[in-house]
This record gives sequence, structure tokens and C-alpha cells, in this order.
Amino acid sequence: MIANFGLAALWLAAALAALQLLAASLALTGRGSALGAIIRPVAITQGLLTTLAFIALLVLFCQTDLSVKLVAENSHSAKPFLYKFAGTWGNHEGSMLLWVTIMGLAGGFVALVERRLPEPTMIATLAGQAFVSLGFYAFLLLASNPFERLDPVPVEGLGLNPLLQDPGLAFHPPTLYIGYVGLSIAFSFAIGALITREVGPAFARAMRPWVLGSWIFLTLGITAGSYWAYYELGWGGWWFWDPVENASLMPWLAATALLHSASVLAARNALRAWTVMLGVVAFSMSMVGTFLVRSGILTSVHAFAVDPTRGSFILALLAINIGAALTLFGLRAASVTEGERFALTSREGALVFNNVMLTATLGIVLVGTLYPLLAESMGQKVSVGPPYFNPAGAMFVVPMLLVLAVGPLLRWRNDSLRRIRPELVVIAALLLGSLAALAFFGVPLLPLLGLALAAVLAVASLLPLRGRKLRTVKLPLWGMVVAHFGVAVALLGMASDSAFTTERLVAMKVGDKVAVGPWELKLDSIEPVAGPNWTALEAAIEASYQGGKPDLLKPQARQFWSPPQATSESALDTRWNGQLYAVLGEQAEDGRWQLRLWWKPFVPMIWYGGLLIALGGVLALLGRVSSDLRRLIARDKIAYRRQRQGR
Amino acid sequence: MNQPIKAKHQRLVLVLVALAALIGAAMLAAWGLRSQASYFYVPADIAANPPEAGRAVRLGGMVEAGSLKTDADGVTTRFVVGDGKARVPVTFKGIRPDLFKEGSGVVAEGKLGADGTFVADNLLAKHDEKYVPREMAGMTAEQARKTVEETR
Repeated sequence: MIANFGLAALWLAAALAALQLLAASLALTGRGSALGAIIRPVAITQGLLTTLAFIALLVLFCQTDLSVKLVAENSHSAKPFLYKFAGTWGNHEGSMLLWVTIMGLAGGFVALVERRLPEPTMIATLAGQAFVSLGFYAFLLLASNPFERLDPVPVEGLGLNPLLQDPGLAFHPPTLYIGYVGLSIAFSFAIGALITREVGPAFARAMRPWVLGSWIFLTLGITAGSYWAYYELGWGGWWFWDPVENASLMPWLAATALLHSASVLAARNALRAWTVMLGVVAFSMSMVGTFLVRSGILTSVHAFAVDPTRGSFILALLAINIGAALTLFGLRAASVTEGERFALTSREGALVFNNVMLTATLGIVLVGTLYPLLAESMGQKVSVGPPYFNPAGAMFVVPMLLVLAVGPLLRWRNDSLRRIRPELVVIAALLLGSLAALAFFGVPLLPLLGLALAAVLAVASLLPLRGRKLRTVKLPLWGMVVAHFGVAVALLGMASDSAFTTERLVAMKVGDKVAVGPWELKLDSIEPVAGPNWTALEAAIEASYQGGKPDLLKPQARQFWSPPQATSESALDTRWNGQLYAVLGEQAEDGRWQLRLWWKPFVPMIWYGGLLIALGGVLALLGRVSSDLRRLIARDKIAYRRQRQGR
Repeated sequence: MNQPIKAKHQRLVLVLVALAALIGAAMLAAWGLRSQASYFYVPADIAANPPEAGRAVRLGGMVEAGSLKTDADGVTTRFVVGDGKARVPVTFKGIRPDLFKEGSGVVAEGKLGADGTFVADNLLAKHDEKYVPREMAGMTAEQARKTVEETR
């Protein structure tokens, strides 16, 4: 019943998307201007219908309705409630429904609130949104129907992959999806602006909150995903250059570039064609990411579908959407008029440098991610990892971060380095000083650069506040300062992790002691424990930092029974200056237990930095939205007054 | 450089800068991939045409039954990976993945030592029925059963 209802809502939403595209095309070509009025309500209704379909699937999962194939294959009645709920998107069909739902809601929301752009541009934007959505509706309804039924109804479900049974699952995928799909709005704005040739500051201002919002969610999603991989996979690493991670990093890099170029366009009416191009590229990267993750061409916990028709379906969608957008860009780019001019030494100049470096980094990541797939299609099996990504990425990230220290101090349009000489001296002294000090202690090259840049950026990111009354500083400026400071914090964590980590791999009897960096550890006991759908061996380890009062760490080796699978649950002890990380391994023939232990100084800074970067985005977004609202209210007041005077 | 550049030139300069950076990125990527990508080998490949010692490669095959041993330190594992045609001894220092066992497939990341022993930094074992390492997908059908039977 609920399943039929959900499916009907989904079909109806797809029909509305088709109507939206048709009405918008007719209205734009001047053959049905009356149709223009129905487009916004249609977009809003479509958003509500997708939400209903998604709620229907949520209910089915929470009730463990085994007559639905998807539920039977991915859920189990004995699963904890949180994972029944979150299991809704822990599978291919459910996650694609979540994607379509967010897309519908975003389109509906933009139709509801965006009133600043000329109406034809809005209609073209919503046409673009409908065009992209239609492809995903088709994919969902034709190739991955989440509401498919089973007859006869099985007695019990197959359960959820235990690696996904983690509280992180409840938040990581929706967060990342809001980021991915939010960029579709930027894409549609770019399409709309190209169709109506309205590329200017108004377009950038309308697009910016959407880019900011998506970027905040992407940042949070990547940060959470990295922390999940760090503690759940038990390898002690926080970034593996796994294609799935790259799939989320690429849209982030493009969105970061877009964010900065949209600022230039909004403030100075420059970088017009470039900003439109980035709008197209950012969402294209989201789609490439979805293709990589969801098509099943990769091995990972994320690759649910191992069905070649689905892979080719997404590939076709990708080709159609990106191809159409790039063709439109090619046709219209020449007619996008030249923007305002600026000198190389100026805020714009620094932001152009940032954009070029981000794009080059994006290129490095994209090539490294796709190369193994291309090589495999030619019969060669290759894997590309940190030895490629780290140095190649650093070639562009290091210069970018150096310019990031100086750029925010420059004025728009035209500036001279002589004006900011005191700041430059501070930055240069700090850079050379920390480089020399670190080289003296023999830190390897990449962490050395990372630590020195972190020190420089931490100070330089605060310099734009110099000489201002803190109380009068506007929110967007606070946002920039906080986000840039967050980059420094994250960099400190990353570089410290590779420079200062101590690792011990030991086999211990109960009662044995081992030292890891400043820690003294003692294996107290190994006991069996049981959870709702697993049993485990749990070690109790007393850990004392520099002889202080000991903490108790309890890493587990878990055995899930539906589906049968073993996982290791690491144990963490966090201090202000780092984290102790313990993993329990197997018992050797002689009765000793394998333990893998790490002391990782400052490693939590990576995720604190990520949170700060996202917080910077939130501050900027609040600042932009509130000033937009103020402007809107003022405009309404003026209009109201005029109306009264006219009477 | 402190005067705004002529309009005509500005777009050209920007395009050239972007182009130069992207070409630089492409060349860097090509160079990096040539020297840093790690290739996948099965034991027969290593017997026929071994990679140079010290180069990062991946080795995939079946863990031979009866070959799995733990050293006296309790954390170093030794085993033999075979594909029915050739056998490669492997050492691995670390905690073995949960589903790593004799007679099942494995992909080892690491380097071939000068003595012909493969030193693995990381082992990728089958997660469960649904999540098979890609490199093993082709092998399990053709060679796996035979290999396991031969080494049993």
C-alpha cells in the first residue's frame, strides 16, 4: 500500500518535471507566455511529491516491510532502529531516491524564494533543473525502482553491510548529497544565464548562496567521511585517495573555485564566462562522482550496484547533461561580454590565481581517478595512490596557499605590494623562520611545507582584521577569516599526522606493557561481549599519558551474524594535543594478542579545521542572506510607499 | 604591472595563464602516472616478467592452503600466493584483514624484494560476497577453484 503510494508519487513528480520543461521551453520561445506562470508552482509541487515518495520509503524501512524487495535485501527486523531508518539510503535505490528528493526540494525552494533575477532567466533556470531531474527520474523509475515488490514475501531480510552500521551513516550520505545536488542549482543558474545571456553581478548574487550552502554541506560531508574512514576502517589513516573519496573532493574543489569566482563577479563584474563555466563544471563533477560511486565500476562499500545497465545509464546521463551544457557554453561564451578590467596585483588577480590552481588540482585528481579505469579498459590493471596524488597535488596547492596568505590583504582592481609591506614582512619572516626551524629538526619535505604553511596561514588569515573595529566587521569578512584560519588548522593536523605519528605493532599477553610515544599501555583483559546483532572480543587496555592517571580503552574485534562479517572497532583516546588509537587483531598460536597502536599528535585538528572551514561558510551565508533580505524589505517598502503616493 | 592591462589583452593573458597551468598539470599528471602508478600482477606475471625491485605494485592471487605462518614476533605473517601457474612468497607485518584466510583470494599492495619475496604493506581481502576486490573478480571464476584444489 505505502509502496504503491510512494511509486505513484514518484511517477507524478516525473510527469511534473516533464511539464515544467515543456512549459518553460514554450514560454521561452514566446509560444505560451501564459504558461510561464505555472512553472514555479509546478516546481514546488514536484519537490513535495519527491519528499512524499522518500517518506514512504522511510516508513517501509522503519516497519521492515519485507514485501518490498529493497527492504528485504538490505534490512533485517533485528537491526537497531537507527540503522533501519538510516538503512533507507544505505543502498543503491534508496540513495538515488534521496538524490532525486534533494534535487526536487532544491528546485522547489529556488522557485519559491528567488525573486531577484529577471523572470526569463528564472524560467530558463527552472527548465535546466527540470531537464537534469528528468534524467534522474528516468534512471530511478526504469533502472533502479526502490519500490519493487517481492512475491512470495520472505520471512526475514538479508541485513545491512556491518561496515555501514555506524552512527556516521545516518548523517554522512545525506550531508554529502545535499552538497552534491545543491550544486545542480548552480548548474541550472549557469544554464539559465547562458540561455538568456544575463551573465552579470545579479546572476552571481543569486547563485552565491546556493553555492555557499552546497559547499558547506560538501565540506561537512567530506570531513565526516574522513573521520568515519579514520576510526571505522581501523587503518589509522584519514585519507586514502580512494576513488570514492576523490569523487567527493572533486566537486568540492570546483565549488571552492566557483565560490571565489562568483565573489569576483558579484563585487566587480569580472570573470563572467569563467564563473558560468565553473557552475557547469561543479555539478558535472558531482555527476562524475555519482557515476564512479554508484555504477559499480569501483570496489568499495559505496558501490552498491554491480549492474552494468545502471552504469551505462548513468554514463549516458552524464554525457547528455555535460555535453548539452558544454555545447550551450560553446555557442554562447563568445557573446558573454568582457567583464571589468583589473591589474595583476589586486584582489581579483589573487583570486584568479586561486581559481587556476584549484582547477589544476582538480585536473590532477580527476586524471588520477579516471586513469585506472581507462587503463583497465585497455587490459591493464593499475592502481594510483598517494605516491602520485601527494606530490602532484602539492605542486599546485602549495603556491595556492602562499597566495592565500597575501590575497585577502589586497584591494580590488589595482593595488601595490608596497602598500602592504609590513604584513608581507611578517609573512615572509614567519615562513622562512618556520621552514628553517623545521628543517633543522629533520622533518620530511611535504610535512615540512605543510607545517610552515600552517603557521604562516594561521597568522596571515587574521591579518585582514588588522586596524578594524571588531564589532563593525561584517559577517562575510568573519566568514572568510574563519574559513582561512580553518585551512591552517586542518593543514597543521594533516602535516603533524605524517610528521610525528608513532606506530607500534605488537603481540601481547594479558598483563604485558608497551610504550607508544609518551603513552604507557597495559593489556588488562580480553573478554567476550555481545551487541544487538553481533558478538565481539573486547580488549581492556589501561593507557596512561606520561605516567598520569590511566584511561581505559576498549577496542573490539566484532563478528556480525546477519550478514556474517567481521569488523574491527578501533578505540580512541583524545587529548588536546593528539589521539591514541588502538586496534585489536587476532590471537596468535601461542596465545598472544596482536595490537596495533598509534600516537597521533594533533591529528584531530584535521577535522576541527574542516568544521571551522564549514563554519566560515555558514557565517558568510548568514551575512549574504541577511543583507539580501534587508535589501528586499527595503525595496518592498519603497514600492509600497510609491503605491500609496500614487493613489 | 600596476596599471590595469588593456581590455583586449586581459582576457588573452588570463586564458594563457589558465592554459599554461592546465598543460603543466597534464604534464605533471602524465609524468606522475608513468612513474607512480602501481601495476597489478598475478604470480604468473611475476614469474615471467618481474617488476623492478622496490617499485610499488599489487599482487593478486589465492593464499595457498598450509602456507600461512606467523613469525616469533607474533605480528609478521608469511604466506604463499599462487595462481595455479606460479607461486610468490609474501611477508606482511601488521594485523591481517578480517576475512583473510587460507584458500581465499587476496590482493597485496607492496614491493617485490631483491630475494624474490613480496613485502606487502597492505592486504585487501574479500569483505563479503558482495564486495569482492575488482582485480579478483576475473580470477575467482577461472583460476580460483582450480588453485584451491591444487594446493589443498
